[in-house]
Amino acid sequence: MPRNFALKVITTNRLVEGDAVYLTQAGKWSSEFADAEVFADLGSATSALEKANEQTLFHIGAYLADAEIDPSGRPRPIHYREQIRSRGPSNYFHGKQAEAANV
Amino acid sequence: MYRYSEFDELFVRRRVEEFRDQVQRRLSGSLTEDEFKPLRLKNGLYLQLHAYMLRVAIPYGTLDARQMRQLAFIADNWDKGFGHFTTRQNVQFNWPKLADVPEILEALADVGMHAIQTSGNCIRNVTADHFAGAAADEISDPRPTAELLRQWSTDHPEFQYLPRKFKIAVSGSPRDRAVTKAHDIGLRMVRNQRGEPGYEVLIGGGLGRTPMIGATVREFLPENDLLAYVESILRVYNLHGRRDNKYKARLKILVHETGVDSLTHEIEDEFAERKKWFAGVDRELVANLKAAFEPPVFDLSRTRAFEDRKERDSDFRVWTDTNLSRHRCSAYAIATVSLKPIGGTPGDATANQMRVLADIAERLAHDEIRVSHEQNIIFPHIPKDKIPEAYDLLAAAGLHTSNFGLLSDIIACPGMDYCALATARSIPVAQDISRRFHDLGIERTIGEMKIKISGCINACGHHHVGHIGILGLERAGVENYQITLGGDATETAALGDRAGRGFSAEELLPALERLVAEYLRLRDSAGETFLEAYRRMGPEPFRAALYPEAKKLAA
Amino acid sequence: MPIVVRDHGFKREELNESNFVDLEDARKSDKESLAVELPNCEDPQSVKPLFPKIEIIRIKFPNFGDGRGFSLAGKLRELGYAGRLRAAGYVISDQYAIARRSGFDEVEIDEALAARQPETQWISKSKWKAHFYQDRLVKVNPDSVG
Repeated sequence: MPRNFALKVITTNRLVEGDAVYLTQAGKWSSEFADAEVFADLGSATSALEKANEQTLFHIGAYLADAEIDPSGRPRPIHYREQIRSRGPSNYFHGKQAEAANV
Repeated sequence: MYRYSEFDELFVRRRVEEFRDQVQRRLSGSLTEDEFKPLRLKNGLYLQLHAYMLRVAIPYGTLDARQMRQLAFIADNWDKGFGHFTTRQNVQFNWPKLADVPEILEALADVGMHAIQTSGNCIRNVTADHFAGAAADEISDPRPTAELLRQWSTDHPEFQYLPRKFKIAVSGSPRDRAVTKAHDIGLRMVRNQRGEPGYEVLIGGGLGRTPMIGATVREFLPENDLLAYVESILRVYNLHGRRDNKYKARLKILVHETGVDSLTHEIEDEFAERKKWFAGVDRELVANLKAAFEPPVFDLSRTRAFEDRKERDSDFRVWTDTNLSRHRCSAYAIATVSLKPIGGTPGDATANQMRVLADIAERLAHDEIRVSHEQNIIFPHIPKDKIPEAYDLLAAAGLHTSNFGLLSDIIACPGMDYCALATARSIPVAQDISRRFHDLGIERTIGEMKIKISGCINACGHHHVGHIGILGLERAGVENYQITLGGDATETAALGDRAGRGFSAEELLPALERLVAEYLRLRDSAGETFLEAYRRMGPEPFRAALYPEAKKLAA
Repeated sequence: MPIVVRDHGFKREELNESNFVDLEDARKSDKESLAVELPNCEDPQSVKPLFPKIEIIRIKFPNFGDGRGFSLAGKLRELGYAGRLRAAGYVISDQYAIARRSGFDEVEIDEALAARQPETQWISKSKWKAHFYQDRLVKVNPDSVG
């Protein structure tokens, strides 16, 4: 594995709802980054991505996002873009952060 | 105001049905995502970070109360109670679901509105001076021209699949409030020596990755030749614009690579041919358009209500001194309602605020509302006598911020809080700047100041033409902000100069404070604006303020 | 087998692929009725001298997002070309009306696209003369036609 390889998760936006979702180990899509399956090598991540991208009627095209493992052992986004995307905008308490608070 | 003809009405209804069908065909697999995407974009629908976003056109920035109320209805039903007004006289809704969009478009059609060609590689929403028909300095109202161009460009068969997007702006005043020099085509209404109406035509302006100021290709184009000429420009662009690289596909690059003279030649050749085919625009239609934009009948009676309130209420006085502009009729004013509350999101209005704006327009201001590219709302025709009452209604809705043209009247794109293209956030930067300078209490001392913030190189926040421009980029995994200085969006348009290395989010605000303090120290009088001081002294003293460490190194 | 779409729907291609020649071969040809294929970047002026000998012009669309063919069709019509004009390649049913308005008579698609976008989808776009802003705005100068 290259020295700077970051762990990967597979993510996309759903076609009908438009919201960000993450591929889980069970092959389902979750709205939470922390539920995502983590890939430790690019080969397995890429082949899982190809398979995910066959579901063209469900989402708009998946891609790999960098992840790290948080202290509780679950993945979290590294890049601020993915952090914002997994949380919601910073000017209003809208999006996933609000949905999480409503659970 | 222009009201939809039966033809317009049928057109938008049919278009909604067409889009409804396209959504169904995407869901059934008859259209691939690659095929569907340009179709949804041509109907204003983007996919952003968290959800879809629908961009609704407000052609030439003109709305009435009924339309504003419908925007409020849409904000309540399909957004989270907000609408975001943009730098291209559009309004954006952030949380619609794909299946709901045809219904939203239907709701727009109910009030003579649409989202057609607010995105995609086609001719976009035609913009115009937001003071049109009201400004004291106006030569001609640009809106009949803008409406003619709206109709002409809508679903134009030749120009639906251009190399890239194409923006047109029209201005009818010597003061350019429509940023015509930063558009693919800028039209400035002028008269020739015989007093006949026509246009000065500029092409190849634009911001984005390679910012350019438009070049004049015609000093005077007779009014009747407009469509033939614009069509000739578009045809030359469609056939010869670059399609190998999307960053080099705008008209400005073709102008740059071909040369203005040589391209002007091609356009004129095309025009000579094209003109043979045009017996002219339907005259009845043009007459109808002009009639539609006739100003309201002004009520010239005056009491002392306005002056009395100014004398006894200093907040009101400050607001009127800051947010009113001179109307062509002395009993009236043009009132700018700032959508830049201190610490707020630039350009956002709540559904409730939209309804208040609609009520004021309907009851007190001849039922006219404008949206400016500076992301504010305008009552173009408000009798001075009615201003105290309007102010009270605005104040009750939190819409009475007295900062039009001041430092906290910031233009900012949505940035990475929403936009899939962004490289950094812009809203929190605007919020921090607005709060900080408000707390310092020096906004009025500073005077006119245009801060413009973009969250990526595409420059929706017009940073290149801000007196202070801020561009958010990514540097090694964190947000980094580059400053440009001395930009100008008006008839004396200029692109800002890059000041130097970018600043982290934490460094940015202190750097701006140093910059502003240095301007206040160096200006030759309280009347010299930041832009004037910058033009007089050049970038060096301002760079030194931004980068004090460079000075120390040199010492 | 390619499919040709006209206002009434699909019809089978009656021309053989080998009938189509490029502009250079068309110039050399002594045939009286030519089928000429043009790339979408061709200069229409260079085709004009051949108009009397051309029965059909086919303009290639390499991608449905590349709209040069629509302008090229418009220019050929303005230069006086009155023969058949066909858009071929990657053109989707949602573009049928603008193709017709730009001066094309028909669209040629492959079987895969025809399967994904069946005849009914094309027929639903065939009323291309309705809701046509440009047609009502601009009065064509009768002296120019032909």
